[in-house]
Amino acid sequence: MTHNPDSPTPRPGAAFWAVLRREFAGYFRTPLAYVFLAVFNAFAISLAFFVGNIYEAGVASLDRFFLYHPWLWAFLAPAAGARLWAEERRQGTIELLLTWPVTVWEAALGKFFAAWLFLGCALLITLPMAFTVCYLGDPDVGVIVSGYVGSFLCAGACLGIAAIASALTRSQVIAFVTGFLACFVLVLVGYGVFDELLSGAFATGTVEEIRRLGLWRNLEPFTLGLIDLRPTAYFLTVAFAGLGLSTLIVERR
Amino acid sequence: MALIEVSRLEKSYGAIRAVKNVSFSVDRGEVVGFLGPNGAGKSTTMKLLTGYLRPDAGTAVVAGFDVVEHPVAAKAHLGYSPEGAPAYGEMTVREFLRFAAELRGLTDPAQRVADTLKLCRLEEVAGQSVDTLSKGYRMRVGFAQAVIHDPAVLILDEPTDGLDPNQKFEVRRILKDMAARKAVIVSTHILEEIAELCTRVIVIAQGEVRCDESKERFLQRGADLNQVFRKLTA
Repeated sequence: MTHNPDSPTPRPGAAFWAVLRREFAGYFRTPLAYVFLAVFNAFAISLAFFVGNIYEAGVASLDRFFLYHPWLWAFLAPAAGARLWAEERRQGTIELLLTWPVTVWEAALGKFFAAWLFLGCALLITLPMAFTVCYLGDPDVGVIVSGYVGSFLCAGACLGIAAIASALTRSQVIAFVTGFLACFVLVLVGYGVFDELLSGAFATGTVEEIRRLGLWRNLEPFTLGLIDLRPTAYFLTVAFAGLGLSTLIVERR
Repeated sequence: MALIEVSRLEKSYGAIRAVKNVSFSVDRGEVVGFLGPNGAGKSTTMKLLTGYLRPDAGTAVVAGFDVVEHPVAAKAHLGYSPEGAPAYGEMTVREFLRFAAELRGLTDPAQRVADTLKLCRLEEVAGQSVDTLSKGYRMRVGFAQAVIHDPAVLILDEPTDGLDPNQKFEVRRILKDMAARKAVIVSTHILEEIAELCTRVIVIAQGEVRCDESKERFLQRGADLNQVFRKLTA
């Protein structure tokens, strides 16, 4: 067997971290990241104030702030996730990446966690909201923390869906729109109007089962301070199923 | 054992058989010119050899590692620049090479990047983003990422495509310098490149190997290489 001492088989994990660092830094290489962070914050806060009337409610809690997060993630996770694979295909760099000594899974994990981390940054920037509530009143900090955990998990689920959309196309726009539509359906599931629609078509038990698949239905317990197994498992399942399926799609190129 | 061993490779896209029963091997010190018309199966063969595509049948072995069975080990010994030399456009040249070095898990990536920038004469554009580079520089960036780990096997898909004569000369010079220690495959449809650069010629047309011989024998086929090419690929 021929061995070239200059090109060793890389140690496991090297590629994962290299991809994660590159992808995460990649968000900040364009102004888009800052626009994204600004838009997320503006919407997160103004929805809570002007639609959720968080101030008028007179209660020191963030549940009305988290109430709108499924909507935000449905829109913004596909925006951040659209580039995951679509951009690699468009630039042709996917052929480089996949002929470098990295498995598709390592690359996919690095990309996914970089994007999730980026969404986490967007969430962290809303922390002044929490501080304000703490300043104005005496909220249950545990409830706020669990709300943030839930929102972060919800972001991961939306990102999983976005990853599938991104793996299917070379256009970021198409990836964004399809990802958004799929997430949007999961937001609608569990809302009153949509329930009525479902009740017409399915039995009550079935409607209840479908409702359980909605994003808000799973985020709600977190905003009440409960970190339950079921909604946690739901978000992680959607996130990692999306990650897995998108990776399989890339692998089968 | 040869550094590249290709045996009975097959690849179809739907009903089209892009690569038909292709076999050859390349030893250290050889520079093989892959010659053929557009759509002949050159790029597909390279994609199979680099593990980007999976063959329908047959095997490709790089530095002793089967690219399907041991893809990561095979790819560690392989440098590849795809057609058009794609690169992450928003990164600077230095960042891009640094990423390639880190992903490959090279020890002392900073030093490798510096050496490669020098080797490929990219120092003056190292801080520029790849998107802003001229075609000549872009091609050299593609070449640079392929040689940063000093691989045993080098596969370059049209590395001089679209370059001006000076830039072509430059790429060939670098290639010749390192060729003795490597097995190199270069695809091209520039016939003069064969005489300049290669030690051996493989002509591919309609997915088949039409001719596989030393450069000297190939050049003896006729004074007009264009005519030789047309005859072989008809």
